[in-house]
Amino acid sequence: MRIDVNASLGSYPWRRVPGTSAEALLEAMDRVGIDQAWVFHLPGIAWRDPMEGNAWLLDCCARQSRFMPVPSIHPGLPGWSDELAQMAARGVRVVRADPTWYGIAAAGAEMRALVQETGGIGVALMMAVRFEDGRQRHPLDRAEELPAAAVRALIREHPDARLIVTHADRAFIEEVHFGSTPDEAGRIWWDVSWVWGPPEDHLETLLETMGASRFLLGSGQPLRLPETPLARLDLLDLSADDRASIESGNALALLGHGA
Amino acid sequence: MLIDVHVHFLHAASPRGDWRERNASRMRAAEQIGITWQVSSILGSWGGRSPIYFPSPADVTLANEIQRSIVMEHPERVRGYVLVNPNYTGHALAEIARGRSAGMVGLKLAASRRADDPLLDPVCDSAGQHGFPVLQHIWQHRRRDFPGQEASDAEELCRLARRHPSVAFILAHIGGGGDWLHSLRTVRSVSNVFVDLSGSGVDGGMLEACVNAVGSGRLLWGTDLTVDTGLAKLRYLEHLLAADALEQVRWRNAASIFPADSFPER
Repeated sequence: MRIDVNASLGSYPWRRVPGTSAEALLEAMDRVGIDQAWVFHLPGIAWRDPMEGNAWLLDCCARQSRFMPVPSIHPGLPGWSDELAQMAARGVRVVRADPTWYGIAAAGAEMRALVQETGGIGVALMMAVRFEDGRQRHPLDRAEELPAAAVRALIREHPDARLIVTHADRAFIEEVHFGSTPDEAGRIWWDVSWVWGPPEDHLETLLETMGASRFLLGSGQPLRLPETPLARLDLLDLSADDRASIESGNALALLGHGA
Repeated sequence: MLIDVHVHFLHAASPRGDWRERNASRMRAAEQIGITWQVSSILGSWGGRSPIYFPSPADVTLANEIQRSIVMEHPERVRGYVLVNPNYTGHALAEIARGRSAGMVGLKLAASRRADDPLLDPVCDSAGQHGFPVLQHIWQHRRRDFPGQEASDAEELCRLARRHPSVAFILAHIGGGGDWLHSLRTVRSVSNVFVDLSGSGVDGGMLEACVNAVGSGRLLWGTDLTVDTGLAKLRYLEHLLAADALEQVRWRNAASIFPADSFPER
């Protein structure tokens, strides 16, 4: 089984991206053999209230069993806590926040409050370091990348907080992982969408130094080709167990379904 | 056949203590993917004794010597570009001649001098005389200068290409950073500029845009610093293109712009 934890639906504000519909995402998943995708509402990241995309997202996922919704919570807006509770009541297991896109401090009071609350109710929080290479972004796309310091700070906010960080590179991951206690590091998962393979072998190095249990299959599709993380794994000399863990076992364990 | 037009190897004089491991990893991955030929260049001492993109003449000579030795070590897998620093015209022309006589197959221009500068004309004339294509390092839509390189973008490369219509130019790593849409709009009408698909970028829509801009007949497959993203793009191209067009991108286009017999079938 393969689970892509980093996929989205809907258009991107800064350039035309093909394949942003539910049907197109399913076709792409079939093309590369992905069974399930954890999806968020891409246009919402740039909305003043990204939570306005949640109803559409949940409705879309209710009609397609291969999608698992990752709704957005903006902790700087009134009523965010009620929205989070409502999402949890509807069975949501993972929510996301993109503080630098919302224009709030990445580890400020609002984000710390969100981590405290998600940690308290057993909901994991997903955050993206970036969506595009910084060298190609639209001139008006000036949201800062998520800083590693923010992840280190946020994981310390609640003993049961669980964070999923996407689009991070090797240096970012190492800085957070080895800058955290084993308990803290054990509550952070990383997707492999932005970790280089050969010849630099960043992913191979991370798997050796951190273990396969911390990594999830994630692509960033349709903004990025879903072939990428699978090509990356194919070029590794991975055991069947480790590959299965990365492709789905760790994600299922994170949801409490057992590895 | 599969030709990777954008490859680099490291060496002992570079600052990288893991140069052997990185080279071995590249060769291993190439074997796994089934890359028939890797066309490689070495950028001086990789910053060891002169800047990567402004290599001294001594480092250029060293890099080309090492490149030739790697070709000799892997005669059935590796081909080489001659690196030059166009600020040293006489030295550059001598390196090109020496490289061609030693079996090198192309010219590598990094970022030592803007692509449309007149100093590039004599080296491109020489490349043309030897039948070399010119691989030009590109920052896709360079909006300013960046430290450590005098980078060029597609507009600057196209000005050079128009001055040398009989020479094939390779716009490096369309996925290597910057606004690739800008580059693709620019190269569309300049028929002697080919687009190298290498780079870590794997943006959705980028390969479609490449095909729309220049057709499958002017696309070249490559990896540069990330072989994994090259493999991902190759797999997507297998979905995107018809068999004939895919063959063009995999190797036929490359074989058509490098000197004859650069890539014997095996």
